Amino acid sequence: MSGIISYGSYIPYWRLQRAAISGALGTHSGKGTRSVASYDEDPTSMGVEAARMALSALGGTSTRAVYFATTRPSYLEKTNATAIHAALDLDEDAFAADMIGSVRSGVAAIRAALDAPKPTLAVLSDIRTGLAGGSDEREGGDGAAALLCAAEGDFIAECLGGATATAEFLDRWRAPGDFAARVWEERFGESIYLPLARSAIASALKQAEIAPEQVTHFIVTGTHSRSIPRIAATVKPETLVDNLAATIGNTGCAHPGILLASVLDSAGPEETIALVVLADGADVLLFRTTKALTTRRQPMSVASQMACTRDDLAYSKFQTWRGVYRLEPPRRPDPVGPQAPPTYRSEKWKFAFTGTRCAACGTCHLPPARICLRCGAVDKMLPERLANTRASVATFTIDRLAYSKSPPVVVGVLDFDGGGRIPVELTDVDPGKVQVGDRVEMTFRRMYAAGSVQNYFWKARPIRGTE
Amino acid sequence: MGSNGIRDRVAIVGMGCTKFGEHWDKGVSDLLVDAANETLASAGVGVEDIDAFWLGTMASGFSGLTLSEPLKIVNKPVTRVENFCATGSEAFRNASYAVASGAYDIAMAIGVEKLKDSGYSGLVLPTGGDGTALDFTAPSMFSLLAPAYSKRYGVSMEELKEVFTRIAWKNHKNGVANPRAQFRKEVPKEVIAKSPIVAGNLGIFDCSGVSDGSAAAIIVRTEDAHKYNKKPLYVKALSFVAGQGTGTTDQDYDFTTFPEVVASAVDAYAQAGVTNPRAELALAEVHDCFTPTEMVLMEDLGFAKRGTAWKEVLAGTFDMDGELPVNPDGGLKSFGHPIGASGLRMLFECWLQLRGEAGERQITNGRKSGLTHNLGGTPGCAVSFVSIVGSEPSS
Repeated sequence: MSGIISYGSYIPYWRLQRAAISGALGTHSGKGTRSVASYDEDPTSMGVEAARMALSALGGTSTRAVYFATTRPSYLEKTNATAIHAALDLDEDAFAADMIGSVRSGVAAIRAALDAPKPTLAVLSDIRTGLAGGSDEREGGDGAAALLCAAEGDFIAECLGGATATAEFLDRWRAPGDFAARVWEERFGESIYLPLARSAIASALKQAEIAPEQVTHFIVTGTHSRSIPRIAATVKPETLVDNLAATIGNTGCAHPGILLASVLDSAGPEETIALVVLADGADVLLFRTTKALTTRRQPMSVASQMACTRDDLAYSKFQTWRGVYRLEPPRRPDPVGPQAPPTYRSEKWKFAFTGTRCAACGTCHLPPARICLRCGAVDKMLPERLANTRASVATFTIDRLAYSKSPPVVVGVLDFDGGGRIPVELTDVDPGKVQVGDRVEMTFRRMYAAGSVQNYFWKARPIRGTE
Repeated sequence: MGSNGIRDRVAIVGMGCTKFGEHWDKGVSDLLVDAANETLASAGVGVEDIDAFWLGTMASGFSGLTLSEPLKIVNKPVTRVENFCATGSEAFRNASYAVASGAYDIAMAIGVEKLKDSGYSGLVLPTGGDGTALDFTAPSMFSLLAPAYSKRYGVSMEELKEVFTRIAWKNHKNGVANPRAQFRKEVPKEVIAKSPIVAGNLGIFDCSGVSDGSAAAIIVRTEDAHKYNKKPLYVKALSFVAGQGTGTTDQDYDFTTFPEVVASAVDAYAQAGVTNPRAELALAEVHDCFTPTEMVLMEDLGFAKRGTAWKEVLAGTFDMDGELPVNPDGGLKSFGHPIGASGLRMLFECWLQLRGEAGERQITNGRKSGLTHNLGGTPGCAVSFVSIVGSEPSS
């Protein structure tokens, strides 16, 4: 029987008040907020953040494969999961592939990881949006989750089985290249989804020999806004897991992972979780938590991540980040994209944030160097990955001329704990509040896209929560 | 082993410099022809008399053909050099060494830059590579000097802003009397202090001018100098330092100094036998790319003790009528900064001042030597050039 070894989530810093949408457009006023990926994030970068969270609590288990699910991949033709593989510094002989395009890819990646013979990381990440004033824009959210699954091992939650029901029907669709999805009349979808869901839930419980009342946590999520509450209404209210609609919104293909993470954040041992996902059918997975869960939760819970936020994002900025509003660029040449051969040569630095430390004198070099700046030793360097090392701001400045989708650029010169210095861009930060000595942590970001080429690298953000 | 210098072995016998600014009506070739012709006339020679040429340009042309073609140089060596913002100085240094070595009798160093054809204000450098090099602007990197200096010496950012404002005010004021300067208007301190912020606490007026221009010098061996010019300038020191470029990754670096400048100044003073630059120099032309740079340079070049340059600036030590006039021609700030030409432009001011040809901005402190300082790169990752030239051979 397979199970989950570790898990992680990523909720981006920014929230858009739904009232800000109605304020800008004069449309139906929604309540609460939705999460928004920052201008320097995409599904790949958010997936890296969730995966880092999942792997940080782990000792020893090596990830043998990565399945990356998103509906809005930054690349087609080229695999996106390879950037995640590189950012996690996984071994070359670990597999990496995408499951992209449809919302069902999220639960599909979890199922595939659970079915895999070797430890496999399912990374679910999504950016949800729609036409201005529409329900997808309002009710959607951005975020990511990652689950490391294995066929055997020291599980935090054992998979008790599951069931699926599939049908071909037109409920929600989007053509490649289109900005927004379209949906058929929801009353039609409801008539399809409800029987599929009921059948899959009954089948899963029966196969696992679990009575419905034995389920401690019922997660019901998916794409269909009419069917989800109907299914949710059939379970004991106290077992129904908060779908976070009021705070972060529906993160599409990432949502099953984020909700599962929110349960694992606080569940005790020997509790039963039912995950029900309605997306072009119904998928049900059953889990039972173990004692190991209490010692291997993600270092920062979904709730704590949600608490590190700013909820005053202007609608105009949201639309600028989404590429709907096109700001006049500065009178500078467009940024030239990263070139393929130098990017390939510096994979360990650019993606894994691996510098070098001089074996002769211990001086850390960021980026990697061959000759030590302190003692001059030649080729005596050892690689050292600083992606998970914290740092202090040695000095900083605000650059109001540098090109950015969200000016001004905050430049921070960082001193890493244990040595190492580098100037980087600070993100998820209030430019007016940066101070020398601020504590920061590294975060994987999309620096910019030049044409269709994505430029990923690391920035620093204020440490979330307490140290 | 050592940096021996070529003190007094070569001399400048002719110089020229175009007006700096927005030359919409002139291309790189026009600027080169203008500067070269003025320089040749100044030395009383023709282009055919020059044995070898060094052309400095950062990005306005490639190869010696950039110069040989417009000047119609026949069968002579032309070397194109580049060393960031110290490019013009580098052309001069190499031409001086070529003459000192005896390889050539007479050489021309010429620098040019055409920045205003790009359609952008400011310097545009190519990006690309692996995409990890951060695209911060030059003012933001130089703005790091201010909080670092503030912290180390306990000077408030408000006081420093006043210092920077005074530097910009002084250099604009100096530029008024310079017909070749890009900006020739005195700017009230209030306007400077309130100019829109570009990075850190630096406003538009804390930045040097973006301009087109060219400047040149003709160099001969000292014993030949009087054949060409009754008032030659003797080359006392030439020093160039390229740093390790590790300042931004070295935790020992604190952004209050340019170690490369300190090293090149020490070397130049040793070559020239200068022991007290503040008292011995008639003037200093320094690389005031941004106002905090000039403040820090006053300490790095030994004109002020560590932690005191800010006070000295406020006290007027480096004003036209101060103890050591700095950037009497207006500096990069108001003369403008066509990269490849700037180092030779600084030398041109020494040429005028030390030979008594500076007109209404003539310095009259009676001293016989001047210093030029040319910086390239950013704090922690820089190249630095220092020269000392004098109107009299050393005794």
